[in-house]
Amino acid sequence: MITYRPYLNKEFAMSLSTQDVEKVARLARLAMTSTEIETARAQLSGIFGLIAEMQAVDTTGVAPMSHSQDLAQRLRSDVVSESNQREAFQAIAPQVENGLYLVPQVIE
Amino acid sequence: MIESSLSQMGAALRAKKISSVELTQLYLDRIAQLNPALNAYITLRPDASLAQAKAADARIAAGTADALTGIPFGQKDIFCAKDWLTTCGSKMLHNFVSPYDAHVISQFNNAGAVNLGKTNMDEFAMGSSNETSHYGIVKNPWDKARVPGGSSGGTASAIASRLCAAATGTDTGGSIRQPAALCGISGLKPTYGVVSRYGMIAFASSLDQAGPMGRSAEDLALMLNTMAGFDERDSTSLQRDKEDYARDLNKPLSGLRIGIPKEFFAEGLDTDVEHAVQAAIAEYQKLGATLVDISLPNTRLSIPVYYVLAPAEASSNLSRFDGVRYGYRAPEYTDLADMYEKSRAQGFGDEVKRRIMIGTYVLSHGYYDAYYLQAQKIRRLIAQDFVEAYKHCDVIMGPTSPSTAFKLGEKGDDPVQMYLSDIYTIAVNLAGLPGMSIPCGFGANNMPVGLQIIGNYFDEARMLNVAHQYQLATDWHTKLPNGI
Repeated sequence: MITYRPYLNKEFAMSLSTQDVEKVARLARLAMTSTEIETARAQLSGIFGLIAEMQAVDTTGVAPMSHSQDLAQRLRSDVVSESNQREAFQAIAPQVENGLYLVPQVIE
Repeated sequence: MIESSLSQMGAALRAKKISSVELTQLYLDRIAQLNPALNAYITLRPDASLAQAKAADARIAAGTADALTGIPFGQKDIFCAKDWLTTCGSKMLHNFVSPYDAHVISQFNNAGAVNLGKTNMDEFAMGSSNETSHYGIVKNPWDKARVPGGSSGGTASAIASRLCAAATGTDTGGSIRQPAALCGISGLKPTYGVVSRYGMIAFASSLDQAGPMGRSAEDLALMLNTMAGFDERDSTSLQRDKEDYARDLNKPLSGLRIGIPKEFFAEGLDTDVEHAVQAAIAEYQKLGATLVDISLPNTRLSIPVYYVLAPAEASSNLSRFDGVRYGYRAPEYTDLADMYEKSRAQGFGDEVKRRIMIGTYVLSHGYYDAYYLQAQKIRRLIAQDFVEAYKHCDVIMGPTSPSTAFKLGEKGDDPVQMYLSDIYTIAVNLAGLPGMSIPCGFGANNMPVGLQIIGNYFDEARMLNVAHQYQLATDWHTKLPNGI
């Protein structure tokens, strides 16, 4: 059993509301029942308690690090590099017709 | 034969002492016998494996064999392999037969290696115990009531039980090193950018890195020679000269400076793990190394930083799974939004959904600066700790995991407890450094303990040398679980 204890910084610890979790689930396109929302609320609050430790760190003047290698993105010449594999790709699609992916109608 | 090193196996194949078909069949028979109790593999295609073996034998006969030609490897199910079901441990990809090969798979194929099967893993590589796989829990061959670690737990379990010669893994926060430690095998996460991520299903793109897992450091060096290299299809693949990672294996260790971070031996480390790791470090002193006390003061912040950045990247990467172009689609829905929401809700497991939600929250309006940006700033502080440390030492050593393998289900209900088990591995991913784990003894209940070796950027050859010299002096890496 791990006895390591995170600092739970009360000042920054937060608990999420049911509405917060519902909003996040909607943004993430995840259908959730009210029971699942409540379970997620409790677990996410625990995780944000862990994350809260970060808020007390003074990062004034520190540049954000998005990547471990500070390299510029490579450029390549603007030429075709892929061949058409529509049939191979659509062979594993849930629903296709005449080379098109089918989804429920969005425009009446 | 199954206890031979990869180079010995390659030599035996080229000398025609055994054929690749015979060797592949040997492993397939072992898998048929032992895998049902371990669940280390998700997909097996014996006919496809044997066809590759037959082609390898032809190549050997033609005298054009490479180092790995004819050797059977497991491939983590995160790597797309043409004509192979590639599930990433998720119901979301339960029917995804990949139309293309990942770069790593191509590299093995080009070398003439045999793909023995796709190894089990935590769903989308999110987990430290292999309990989140949609295809069932993987068991640790040292004690089947315990976890193999994760997320590359199928790979680790398969290697420890000799169900392949070696296999691939991926490591976003410790997913090669932690299961290697818990299953008593060797594993290496290279410097970020050394192995192409093309065709490796993305979890957190700025952290994900593929690497070799096997029975010895010598085997890892041979595999990394095949896996590493520039690939223009991965925008973060590094353009570097080809290296022979085995070139320094036999160098003596006299003069090696080993940094010992005090934060890795503080509260939270189990005493049995500490004893085994300290004994390994003492062995290194006998081999001529000197110890340097160092500090990585921001280590504990690596967990909160990781659990902001990795879910943020995951929530973006996993938005592609929408039930439209491939993968799972819910059987019933009312409109397009409902189809997305139901397909994702039914296709993803709990841990994946949890991380998507964390990521969506920290990236949402009003919270970006407080969470995501702050985490990126602390990420730099964590990376700078290592830059400072490497002014005084050549490699850093400590435990891979704070405990040996825990019991199945022990941490299932508490994600925070599970996240804390990655305390010693995560900082390495955040900094983009190479890290490895090698077996260094046994703890309570006779479970394996892993020694973590962290190197400076692009120092894989030195790390493999450091690990190999230890494995020449000790025999922990040759120990086998009962019944294997």
